[in-house]
Amino acid sequence: MRLLTTAITLFGVAVIVFFVIRVVPGNPIAMMLPPGATEADVARLTALYGLDKSIPAQFLIWLGGVLQGDFGTSITARQPVLALVLGRLPATLELSVMALLMAIVLGGMAALLGTLRRGGRTEAAIDIGNGMALSVPDFLWGLVLILGLGVFWPVFHISGRITPSLDLPFVTNFYLFESLVRLRFDLLVDIVGHMILPALALAIPLAAIIGQLLKQSLKETMHLDYVTLSRTKGYSETHVILREALPNAILPTLTLVGVQFTFLIGGTVIIERLFSYEGLGNMAIDAVINRDLPLIQGIVILFAVIFTGVNLLVDLTYAALNPRLRHG
Amino acid sequence: MSFLEVRDLSLRIKGEQTRLLRSVSLSVSVGEVRGLVGESGAGKSMIGKAVLGILPRAVEVAGGEIWLDGQNLLALPVAQRRRVIGAKAALIPQDPLTALNPSRRIGPQITDRLVDILGWARNRAEARALELLEEVQIADPARVMRSYPHELSGGMRQRILIASAFAAEPKLIVADEPTTALDVTVQKQILRLIKGMQERHGTALLFVTHDLGVVSKVCQTISVLYAGLMVEDSATAAFYAGPRHAYSRALLAATPKYTDPLGSLTPVPEAVIAAVRAEVAAADGGWHG
Ligand SMILES: Nc1ncnc2c1ncn2[C@@H]1O[C@H](COP(=O)(O)OP(=O)(O)O)[C@@H](O)[C@H]1O
Ligand SMILES: [Mg+2]
Repeated sequence: MRLLTTAITLFGVAVIVFFVIRVVPGNPIAMMLPPGATEADVARLTALYGLDKSIPAQFLIWLGGVLQGDFGTSITARQPVLALVLGRLPATLELSVMALLMAIVLGGMAALLGTLRRGGRTEAAIDIGNGMALSVPDFLWGLVLILGLGVFWPVFHISGRITPSLDLPFVTNFYLFESLVRLRFDLLVDIVGHMILPALALAIPLAAIIGQLLKQSLKETMHLDYVTLSRTKGYSETHVILREALPNAILPTLTLVGVQFTFLIGGTVIIERLFSYEGLGNMAIDAVINRDLPLIQGIVILFAVIFTGVNLLVDLTYAALNPRLRHG
Repeated sequence: MSFLEVRDLSLRIKGEQTRLLRSVSLSVSVGEVRGLVGESGAGKSMIGKAVLGILPRAVEVAGGEIWLDGQNLLALPVAQRRRVIGAKAALIPQDPLTALNPSRRIGPQITDRLVDILGWARNRAEARALELLEEVQIADPARVMRSYPHELSGGMRQRILIASAFAAEPKLIVADEPTTALDVTVQKQILRLIKGMQERHGTALLFVTHDLGVVSKVCQTISVLYAGLMVEDSATAAFYAGPRHAYSRALLAATPKYTDPLGSLTPVPEAVIAAVRAEVAAADGGWHG
């Protein structure tokens, strides 16, 4: 059932994207040819990429290819779309997951501290901080971070994924993961130094959302009877919050984090551009500028697959955390 | 000195002048069951909460002392106070449906205090929990330990909470209307169970209830509270023979007799209410917090 709805969703996304990018003006062939190209040259290339056929016919050809694992060839890079996209995917995944973890840690800490000191000045300060974090979008946080921690006080890298002059022993594009596994901490430091600002820019708004919502549910949980009973057992307030309140208060936050995480991944498009980070999002913008239709399609489909995957993961985690759901 | 001694305890809502408890004193010795009765809102639960260190955040102590096993709880730093209470006292809560954490299994909810606060080895704590579950007449305790609260009935859950309260052999148990939320059919069993456990384990029991009928069966001593003022502190036998205070007398007359549950009842007369209110006002007049 779940599989069927997922398939239909992906198909719908494919149809919409396919038609929309062909309806908007702009000719990829004209863009890739030098100014002096003849009409004949244009026609030849148009036919080569199948762009002379009707849009539905193009779609069927493309779909036939996709079902065999062939997403076509990038017009600008002249390489298979699938290889290009999968080559960039690790960079974006690492950035998104890093941002998510940062958001969870920052937001979680804000929520816990706010709950522990509820009703006081600390909580008020946290509320104000959350409000500020939320009222500025991620790309503006990106600019602020570049100016602050990249230019004015240059402690982190603000461009790229890794220092280009470094020798890379990696066999996959999961640089962060591989440097960890290979215990190459010199590389790890460089990679994290590049990732931290874009990840933080993506994380700040989500951290604020997590902080607010989790604090709210924690506070509601804090005067339930089982929490009070745990206090009489001799536990500290921190322990009471972490063990009694948190597991029950976390479910609404978890659902929201799932939805917000897909927004965060969407946010990588602009953030990667801003930080010249060589991921999928950056590639997507180039693809759109160059009207690289097959590449755009490939990237969008991949994003759609990631989004549905994230939602599935959230549902599974939710069921695992909630014993009442687990037992039907 | 009794195991629990509350001396001149006054509570108030933060920032307000009127008191929720008005210089209340009471004591409970090991082996003693003290009934704490009064109308709803009189402040019975507040006494229990103050003793167990779980007052609502809006409520503060405005005076008095709470001595538990020779230590003045109110003079201790919060963290230490909690540990002392956790080791020496326990609560049997009112509503078994909300007093167990829905996302944790039963076993750890019984053993956690033994392991974390008292430093027992885990398997010793588990053996102890099994033993206690058997003592409160739960069939198949091993399975129950692995269950989640929602898989068990209200009566079962109250038995579990009782077992859990006795787990660390505390010398004081506070039971706050422990049967009010239960089916009438199980109320009597649970009452008998608590009484039996109290006798076997030799604890002091502060038994909060609004039901004078229950007190006569369970308690040796009785304290009557009206609007946060203690109006009577008597031995149960003496109390039923003839309460000292007019309000207690009226309360007793307003309670259905166990032997004659349908007999006519007299509501508390207005003159008695007026008199006890005057006493409350007098207590406030002489108090400087
Ligand atoms: N969380 C709270 N904050 C402020 N006042 C409270 C709170 N809970 C109860 N009170 C007040 O304290 C008084 C005593 O309540 P309580 O001890 O619960 O009465 P009862 O005798 O029915 O157990 C009541 O007047 C009630 O309004
Ligand atoms: Mg009460």
